[in-house]
Amino acid sequence: MSLLQLIARRLLQLIGVLAGISLVTFLLVHMAPGDPARLMAGERASPETIAAIRSQYGLDLPLWRQFLTYLTNLVSGDIGLSLRFQRPVSQLIEQFMWPTLFLTGYVLCLAIPPTVALAILGARRPGGIADQIIRLVGIAGLTIPVFWLGIMMSRFFGVSLGWFPVSGYGTGFAGHLHHLFLPALSTAIWLVPVLTQSLRAALIEKTTADFVTAARAQGATERQIFWQTMLPNAVLPTLNLLGVMVAFMIGGAIIVETVYAVPGLGTLMVNALLGRDYYVVQGLTLIFAVSTVLITLMVDLLTAFIDPRVRL
Amino acid sequence: MADSPILVQTAPPARIITPTMLIALVILGGWLVTALAASAIAPYDPDAIDIMNMLSPPSAAHWFGTDQVGRDVFSRVLFASRVDLLLCVVGVLPPLLIGTTIGLLSGYFGGVVDNVFMRIYDLTVAFPFFVLVLAIVGVLGPGLLNFILALTLVGWVSYARLVRAQVLTIRESEYIQAAKCLGYQPATILSHHVLPNAVGPVIAYAVSDAVLVMLAGASFGFLGMGAQPPLAEWGVMIADGQAFVQQAWWICLFPGLAAISLGLGFALLGDGLGLLQRKGVTA
Repeated sequence: MSLLQLIARRLLQLIGVLAGISLVTFLLVHMAPGDPARLMAGERASPETIAAIRSQYGLDLPLWRQFLTYLTNLVSGDIGLSLRFQRPVSQLIEQFMWPTLFLTGYVLCLAIPPTVALAILGARRPGGIADQIIRLVGIAGLTIPVFWLGIMMSRFFGVSLGWFPVSGYGTGFAGHLHHLFLPALSTAIWLVPVLTQSLRAALIEKTTADFVTAARAQGATERQIFWQTMLPNAVLPTLNLLGVMVAFMIGGAIIVETVYAVPGLGTLMVNALLGRDYYVVQGLTLIFAVSTVLITLMVDLLTAFIDPRVRL
Repeated sequence: MADSPILVQTAPPARIITPTMLIALVILGGWLVTALAASAIAPYDPDAIDIMNMLSPPSAAHWFGTDQVGRDVFSRVLFASRVDLLLCVVGVLPPLLIGTTIGLLSGYFGGVVDNVFMRIYDLTVAFPFFVLVLAIVGVLGPGLLNFILALTLVGWVSYARLVRAQVLTIRESEYIQAAKCLGYQPATILSHHVLPNAVGPVIAYAVSDAVLVMLAGASFGFLGMGAQPPLAEWGVMIADGQAFVQQAWWICLFPGLAAISLGLGFALLGDGLGLLQRKGVTA
């Protein structure tokens, strides 16, 4: 199958998944106990006000008509109106997304170097002492609650030592780097074990691959085999995992941003949840899902571009 | 039917308890005893407010110190283990049971059911897990019950997917063909022949899943979306202590360590079971 055909097929699948995502986010708000119109109008609104709001927002229409309206709005880029801020959700997202994007990039920069180093260290001698320690520390790392780690690190590095600010986003690039260091580190500590396990497994799997035997038969040194044959081949499975990890990182960002009061999408989401600002929750859930799907798609296409075998 | 000769063909699972698994079992057993006997072990009433002893550091009288209203942190950590341990069980079992059933049916019969399931799976994994659970809880309203409900709604697909993959290979095996030739009903084949052979990886996954459920439960408690104060739950306790962490680090530190140790118990056990599974498959 050619690359173009693959892209066309994946885009077609994408449309199906996007339609599904919009259906789920639509139903999400309609699952809410209670009447959205009453929620918007407030507890003491008169029946007339509620009826007016209901017809204004189309809440008196049958469910499928409401879904169609929702879909039409989505296509034109309208993902709803915040009840609390009285502003379009898309504007709110635009305003709050930069800290989150910065944090995500920061986490990746902090997580990837140790991941590669640890995985190589472990895979060079599978079952050796280094490998065992890395594996056990990795398991332990996964059991640390991210929010607890965040609080403890802000207490130690932020308050006791005063090295880093414990909340906010800072100004300018250097300010962001300084302010988001502890949040990024908390998330990275939790991300590194997962990525390391995957890269290590991929590396070890490649040690018995035919092309490694072939390289060895051709007289390549072990050093050459490791760096030029095994490592490039092990990167792709990890790249794929990274796509999945983005979904987890969004979840992690929600918690970490809350702990460090970073004005990002996670903080927006938690505040919207606690304030019952349903349309913001709906819009953010939609955006998070669409970003996850798009990133997975890009990773898949990148993999297919690099590795012709995937296209088969 | 249980003693039918066909069952003899299923490979006996390897039963080796590794040292790490032993450690895991000791940790889990310890927490189980703690949770059951919390009222006997705890030196204080976990909810007893003592204004004279607010924010006092760890001492002989209060091993883990006291919190902002003078409650004994040690007693609260012990009592909270009831909530968090129960959360692991109640958060894992419903998705496991529902997912296994649907996975069995979907994998064995294929067809429309399987197609519908796969579409639901694709759709569910399109959402970041934490976000979807959070959104559902947010819409239904904060609380432990809604948390479990949301967890079940989202979590069953992973179990179903896992079981389905197992069933697809088991379905083609000779002992299933034999059972079919002998005229067993599909229900019997599924429950007596397919399920016992598919269940191993599911249990290994469920134990690892318990770590995620426990961490998610504590995170939801922390965010105010799960267990509600004044109930003693590790996440809630950490959230409570966050405002006082500068003067009183002990309110946050100990519930976190408790969560890590329980998580470690499940993670090590899951890791060991997973290794056994992989050995069993290759052997």
